[in-house]
Amino acid sequence: MITININGEARDLDVDPDTPLLWVIRDELGLTGTKYGCGIAQCGACTVHIDGQARRSCTTPVSSVAGQDVTTIEGTTGDVTRAVQNAWVAIDVPQCGYCQSGQVMSAIALLSENPAPTDEDIDNAMSGNICRCATYVRIRRAIHDAAATLEG
Amino acid sequence: MSTQPVDVSRRAFLRNTAVTGAGLVIGMHLPLAARAQSGAAAVMQGGGEASFAPNAFVRIAPDDTVTVLIKHIEFGQGPYTGLATLVADELDADWSQVRAESAPANDELYKNLFFGIQGTGGSTAIANSYEQMRQAGATARALLVSAAAGEWEVPESEITVEKGVVSHPGSGSSARFGALAERAATLTPPTEVTLKDPEAFSLIGTEVPKLDSRAKTTGEATFTLDLQPADALTVLVAHPPRFNGGVKSFDDSETRSVKGVVDVKTIPEGVAVYARNFWAAKKGRDALNVEWDLAGTESRSSADILAAYRELAKDRGTPAMERGDAAGTLAGAGTVLEAEYEFPFLAHAPMEPLDCVIEMTDDGCEAWLGAQLPTVDQKTIAGVLGLEPGQVTVNTMFAGGSFGRRAQPAGDFAKEAAEALKALGSGAPPIKLVWTREDDIRGGRYRPIYVHRLRGGLDDQGNIAAWEQVIAGQSIVAGSPFEGMIEDGIDPTSVEGASDLPYGIPNMAVSLHTTEVGVPVLWWRSVGHTHTGFTTETFMDELLAAAGRDPVEGRLKLLGGHPRHAGVLETAAQMADWGAAVPEGRARGVAVHKSFDSYVAEVAEVSRDENGYPKVHKVWCAVDCGVAVNPNVITAQMEGGIGYGLGHALFGEITMVDGRIRQANFDTYRSLRINEMPEVEVTVIPSAKKPTGVGEPGVPPIAPAVANAWAALTGERVRRLPFKPVQA
Repeated sequence: MITININGEARDLDVDPDTPLLWVIRDELGLTGTKYGCGIAQCGACTVHIDGQARRSCTTPVSSVAGQDVTTIEGTTGDVTRAVQNAWVAIDVPQCGYCQSGQVMSAIALLSENPAPTDEDIDNAMSGNICRCATYVRIRRAIHDAAATLEG
Repeated sequence: MSTQPVDVSRRAFLRNTAVTGAGLVIGMHLPLAARAQSGAAAVMQGGGEASFAPNAFVRIAPDDTVTVLIKHIEFGQGPYTGLATLVADELDADWSQVRAESAPANDELYKNLFFGIQGTGGSTAIANSYEQMRQAGATARALLVSAAAGEWEVPESEITVEKGVVSHPGSGSSARFGALAERAATLTPPTEVTLKDPEAFSLIGTEVPKLDSRAKTTGEATFTLDLQPADALTVLVAHPPRFNGGVKSFDDSETRSVKGVVDVKTIPEGVAVYARNFWAAKKGRDALNVEWDLAGTESRSSADILAAYRELAKDRGTPAMERGDAAGTLAGAGTVLEAEYEFPFLAHAPMEPLDCVIEMTDDGCEAWLGAQLPTVDQKTIAGVLGLEPGQVTVNTMFAGGSFGRRAQPAGDFAKEAAEALKALGSGAPPIKLVWTREDDIRGGRYRPIYVHRLRGGLDDQGNIAAWEQVIAGQSIVAGSPFEGMIEDGIDPTSVEGASDLPYGIPNMAVSLHTTEVGVPVLWWRSVGHTHTGFTTETFMDELLAAAGRDPVEGRLKLLGGHPRHAGVLETAAQMADWGAAVPEGRARGVAVHKSFDSYVAEVAEVSRDENGYPKVHKVWCAVDCGVAVNPNVITAQMEGGIGYGLGHALFGEITMVDGRIRQANFDTYRSLRINEMPEVEVTVIPSAKKPTGVGEPGVPPIAPAVANAWAALTGERVRRLPFKPVQA
């Protein structure tokens, strides 16, 4: 039995310890906002926060996060989350939308650490998140917009 | 327009409501398990019989929501918003009351008016339904007006409708749509309605917010992969290592010992592993030992195929177009340029890999998938399971991208899912077929390999006097239900964009060698234009350079009689301030191309990066797609098309060695990333012409624009994609 804290709640899980966190989140906990895109930490669709850091859940064995705080797109809250999601909606960032949970989670992690990122900071923080629709122009703009909102 | 009688369409509505259980808010398709408890179906049904369903496309509920049934799949290109806008404008609805949901599979009600069957492709969603959706909205409006006139006992002519409110100014009466829905539902729709003059549009041409942005930002939007029916098994299929191979035998003893694996079956597509969850299915599949039957499968390498095509392209093929005497003129031309181009297989690699949920029901079967040709998928499933198509309910889900991949003439992955379900026999639980990224990259249905050979001749004044183009490659439609598109030996998807070259060149010949390769191929975002746009626009650039002419001025001179090509080219050039000084170490290139009846010109500013590759800093794009229903969505499609086209031009290549695909995932099949995305500026040309598509036309010009900039910067012409520049 492995216990993880997910979105503020302790959950006991009867799964193989090598099971990637992604599939625990999706198949065991039924939280499907976090997506599968590659399974090898290349695309970022599975991005969650582990103790506040953006991590790829598809290559994170569930056993390695026992006792840590895992936050998914369903559980993220607060000013940064609100600013990012509102900025995303305001300029209609999503196209197909499948990668956007991961994009949003990476953007929240970036702005939580760095409230006024430069374009280069955005490149560094977001280049692990692939968007096959190539909504990158708007992702960049939305992050700047969210930063401006947070600066107030 | 064929306005459906109320009773027929209400049945369609109720059936749809019952089968999708979709919520009132777009993107709130609930997982199946949750649905039963949520009462969502009851909520959706709202007033049930009191709901007003004047035709197959519009539902108005007592709670005042207007739900538009969208006959095209939403995978990012915007039909939910676009088609709903067309209805809402004619209905004079308030945008805040408008919802969208997927229409069920039904050719009669929901066919693509250009295809004759239901389907999304060829950038036709807005183009084929522009009048149809407006008429649906206008019909609903007429009925609401009639209902109000009856209720208030006033003449219809005195009634106004604005932002979801029906009013009679003389008496001061007013009502919202929902309050009139019940009465409107009892009336017979008019056979004819008058559509608005464009000056009266209130929503068309504006940038209404997209209906699906919020749900796709919060993780609430539900894709096929997110459906989790109770007791469902996840299925992964081990596919043969070469296309069209089969299973000789297999040993599943290790697989069956994996915790969570439930069963293993042979199906026509390979060996299916059924498990309680994805991870068990994956581990179980990894543990399989399969002996494959690869007799008769394609065993060549892509290098062999390219070499064969280069040989073919040395000689003229089946004529696709001829004008004047290209060969004779070339023989006598003072300057002749020649170039050979190569294009690899490309995978579509949508972010959501292929998947399908399917279950047996009391009276047939129900499936959920990103159905781009839903009635094809429906018939395919019915065929596998021995059912009538009408017994198969197909729910078209939000799909995580497609780029053409989900428009499968043979219903491939619907078939695979149905075969996997059938193999379990009677009493089968619901199953969820999932392709991994590796299955996707290695799964075929690629953009075919092509080779082009071009020769161009300049006369003594430097005018382009002759153009000869030979194309060699596999037909996409041959052997498919779309084979009828082939005329006089020419698959139009192999030559589109070349055989209709707009430039005024007096002597031209375009011909085609259609090849046979044992690799399944498919349309890939912008189809033939992916290669013809590149060859025609880079070779034109080369000829103009040889004649000492400016790339923009030179093209414009040859575009007499093609004002829309010229219009976007001039606009893009103005946006970029073409001809002005460019920052040190950078150069610009331009390309203009028409595809799917939309015209796009792009100017790219490029430098050489630290690895010797093109770095694209900025792209200026002008698009003429007729009436711009939503300029924001059009702009987004140009941005995305540029990114998709650029990523593949720089990195995209599927290679085959001895019939086996070498790439497997995004580490070897590179995708464009945010640090590689240029700044993009888009101008949408104002137009009153009928609207055309935008999903694909942004793609073709970007690779040639970048290649032309690269040639201007380095003197190296790009004759192969992905970019492998050679000395000119």
